Amino acid sequence: MISETFLSPMTGQTLCLGLSWSWTLDGWIVVVGALSAVASSLLGNFLVLRKMSMLGDAITHAVLPGIAVAFLVTQTRSSLPMFVGAVVVGLLTALFTEWIRGTGGVDEGASMGVVFTSLFALGLVILVQTADAVDLDPNCVLYGSIELTPLDTVSVLGYQVPRAAVVLSVVTVINALFVLLFFKELRLTSFDPALATTMGFSSTWMHYGLMVLVSVTAVACFESVGSILVVAMFVVPAAAAYMLTDRLGVMIAISVLLAIISAVLGHMMALSIPTWIGYRSTTTSGMIAVAAGGLFFAAATFGPRHGVVVKLVRRQLLSLRILCDDIVASLFRGEELEHPAPRTTWLAGELFASTWSMKMALALLRRRGEVTVRDDALRLTDIGRERGQRLVRSHRLWEQYLVDRAGSGAERIHDQAERFEHFTDRNLRDELARETDAPVEDPHGRPIPDES
Amino acid sequence: MTSRISVSARIACGDHGLPLARGLLLLALLTLSATVCHARGRPPENDGSRQAAFQWVDSQWGRVLLMKDYNTRIVIFGVAVLGGASGLVGSFTLLRKRALMGDALSHASLPGIAIAFIAANWFGGDEKSLLWLLVGASTSGLLGVAVILVIRNQTRLKEDAALGIVLSVFFGAGVALLGVIQQMDTGHAAGLEGFIYGKTASMRAADAQLIAVTSLVVIVGCLILFKELKLLCFDEGFAGAQGFPVVALDVGLMSMVVLVTIVGLQAVGLVLMIALLVIPAAAARFWTETMWRMMLWAALLGTCGSIVGGLVSALFPGLPSGAMIVLVCSIFFFISMMLGTRRGVIIRFLRRLRLNRRIDRQHLLRAMYEQIEKHSGGQARRDLALRTNRRTPVTVDRLLSMRSWSRRRLCRAIDQAVEDELLRMHEGDCKLTQAGFTEAARLTRQHRLWEMYLIAYADVATANVDRDADKIEHVLAPEVIDQLEDLLDEQGMMIPVPISPHGIADEDPTGAAVNQSDTSRGAST
Repeated sequence: MISETFLSPMTGQTLCLGLSWSWTLDGWIVVVGALSAVASSLLGNFLVLRKMSMLGDAITHAVLPGIAVAFLVTQTRSSLPMFVGAVVVGLLTALFTEWIRGTGGVDEGASMGVVFTSLFALGLVILVQTADAVDLDPNCVLYGSIELTPLDTVSVLGYQVPRAAVVLSVVTVINALFVLLFFKELRLTSFDPALATTMGFSSTWMHYGLMVLVSVTAVACFESVGSILVVAMFVVPAAAAYMLTDRLGVMIAISVLLAIISAVLGHMMALSIPTWIGYRSTTTSGMIAVAAGGLFFAAATFGPRHGVVVKLVRRQLLSLRILCDDIVASLFRGEELEHPAPRTTWLAGELFASTWSMKMALALLRRRGEVTVRDDALRLTDIGRERGQRLVRSHRLWEQYLVDRAGSGAERIHDQAERFEHFTDRNLRDELARETDAPVEDPHGRPIPDES
Repeated sequence: MTSRISVSARIACGDHGLPLARGLLLLALLTLSATVCHARGRPPENDGSRQAAFQWVDSQWGRVLLMKDYNTRIVIFGVAVLGGASGLVGSFTLLRKRALMGDALSHASLPGIAIAFIAANWFGGDEKSLLWLLVGASTSGLLGVAVILVIRNQTRLKEDAALGIVLSVFFGAGVALLGVIQQMDTGHAAGLEGFIYGKTASMRAADAQLIAVTSLVVIVGCLILFKELKLLCFDEGFAGAQGFPVVALDVGLMSMVVLVTIVGLQAVGLVLMIALLVIPAAAARFWTETMWRMMLWAALLGTCGSIVGGLVSALFPGLPSGAMIVLVCSIFFFISMMLGTRRGVIIRFLRRLRLNRRIDRQHLLRAMYEQIEKHSGGQARRDLALRTNRRTPVTVDRLLSMRSWSRRRLCRAIDQAVEDELLRMHEGDCKLTQAGFTEAARLTRQHRLWEMYLIAYADVATANVDRDADKIEHVLAPEVIDQLEDLLDEQGMMIPVPISPHGIADEDPTGAAVNQSDTSRGAST
């Protein structure tokens, strides 16, 4: 049975990583992990922006026939022909996906699904058909594992350097150069392909350039460090960076940083976490993916502008401010109609406010000295009355304006004015008054208060 | 049960064809389940006692095609039912643009499996018990779905990024957990590997039974919630506005996907499961525009693909059944993509070709009319003059200069028109027949009505109307013509064929401007 991936990272050689950090092993593992993470996440930014995040997953599945055919043709297990075969098929995956999407009008995800499952199945059949002749286990050819990378070294300038580190450095440099040199084109084609085409950049060429590099990166990474790492690194750091910034350059920088952090963090987690429950270290590439996931979670939750918590807090604050406005305005209206000092519970019912948010709003108003509460009855102070006056003035000026200038019916203007009044400042009020010839009454016949 | 389902089906949708289709679907399912019960009732048959009358029955082909082997029967039945069910569910996920949901899900189930394994080991249970592992896989799969939905709804990331994140992070966690499991004294993760990567060829009766039960649940679920799910797929916002519990429905649909995926996963493996969810549904889309027909097609293609793939793998040695099923399904997909009667590549190509032909002919006839009109002089008694000049011969060269079409294209249009007896060729000149003249007058009238409308109501400059009208004239419906007539009638502009508001551009000495407008006109057609 041919299993898909690297489930047994410890096969072949038993590594005693132990609990202590050994620079010759762990140092290289982290370097290799960080290199593959950086190489993938550089391109991953554009995959996420182009809504093609699943491409990494598709390519790592789909390259099987390329490897099988390369093996069939050369009859050797040397890695260069297999690498070339895998890259060619990776590119074919992108081409076929694009063809089915364009010609057949099938949705992107579905066409990707059709292509990579078919190619994987084809590769499996070719492998099983040829496996009789020579022993070729896709497990050992296709999927590397990051723990074994320090053992396979080559000599560079007299130093023994892991082969994976050399390969991945080259890939990282190529990707970095590509992103730097074609930054403008990539940005334009990612955000607005039509505009890019009219401006004379070929978005098709950029697309396929990107696809070639994605294939090369995917194959190079999973051949040396395992596929889960490249699939995760194509998506997760870029997505996390997307939660933190609105600028593409910053996004790429953050994603690279996050990729490095997750490589270091992941390896440390892999070494330490299992020891808490009495086991030795576990798979590093899996843990790097988990670390990246943790970073994404943090970014998505606490991101300064697009974070879930920040958005929630902002929404709560806004609704609190609006509630304060509503309380003050209705107290002001009450004074106008000679009904001062309503009860808190009555007002809460009137404004559809929950007890809790009412309490919050009143506490805020009392601290600002706009409202006093005596025997559960609410009264405006002078400062509060001024604020109420401003709000009611805004409201009635808007009503007048809507009737006068926008031609709205009198029955709909109240709701609209109710919404606008919270966002109307002094300048806008003056403008409204000018536009509506400084009226003294609103369309319902109520006086428009003056502003000092 | 059948009656209940068809009743609910009838309630669910007003379409009259639907109960019948669903009935057929259920019938097919029941037949299949009957087959397997039959098969299970009589384990391995004794072939020796029944001397075959025909040689081929005993041959490999005969044995496989007649499903004489107990094992083959189980496998074929299992994958067929699974193919049908995943085709149904896959149609919904495809239309929700979540085709790769199955992919993310099946990867996301790994940590659940590992945790179930560890937990079972911890409490001293049977760590490879199927039930525990299934519960673990489903829980973690559902968690993955929940995370995907949260990411999609709460952040500005799109569906694909959500899928990618959940897939890789969950799978990474699973791989890390497996790294721990491998060090356990008792447990060997070997069985777990099979759980994820499948073992189609060695499917047991219990697996097939599990698949059948799950598929039945999913099929019934799909049929009962058909209308709601359809609405969810096509217009989520509208469904919400109509008061349907959109989130609950979404979760319901995704639970069905989880169910099918997890059960299928342990039986047939990861890649085959993804393929069964995506390919039949995508292929079905080429054949129909109707939701329930698409589901029917998807279920049918999934079932057929699985049966054929399974048979082929049983017939020839060295063909893994999972891979063969995927390949047969993708062949089906390719055929559908080419030959599909609704959205197939060929049919769309033919449609476009036919439209282009029609447009060419309309351009030709109008060009003829405009040439004849030139010979008929000014306004006075123009109508009569046009009729008498109907037979004025027009040279091909002159027609060629009227617009930027190649000679080949013009000649093909002329040949076509001659075939349809709209034109006659006489010594290299074209003449309109009576029918051709009527048609040409009608087309010219349409063109000019639209031009006048543009001038009168849309404030388009006279120099530009020709090009604008050129685009729209071919698709003007009779009702629109009526409306145009009414509108222009109010303006007092009605004449049988109004005079062109601009000069007819052809071999004028002021060639540059003409050529320019011709080129742009050619580009616009």
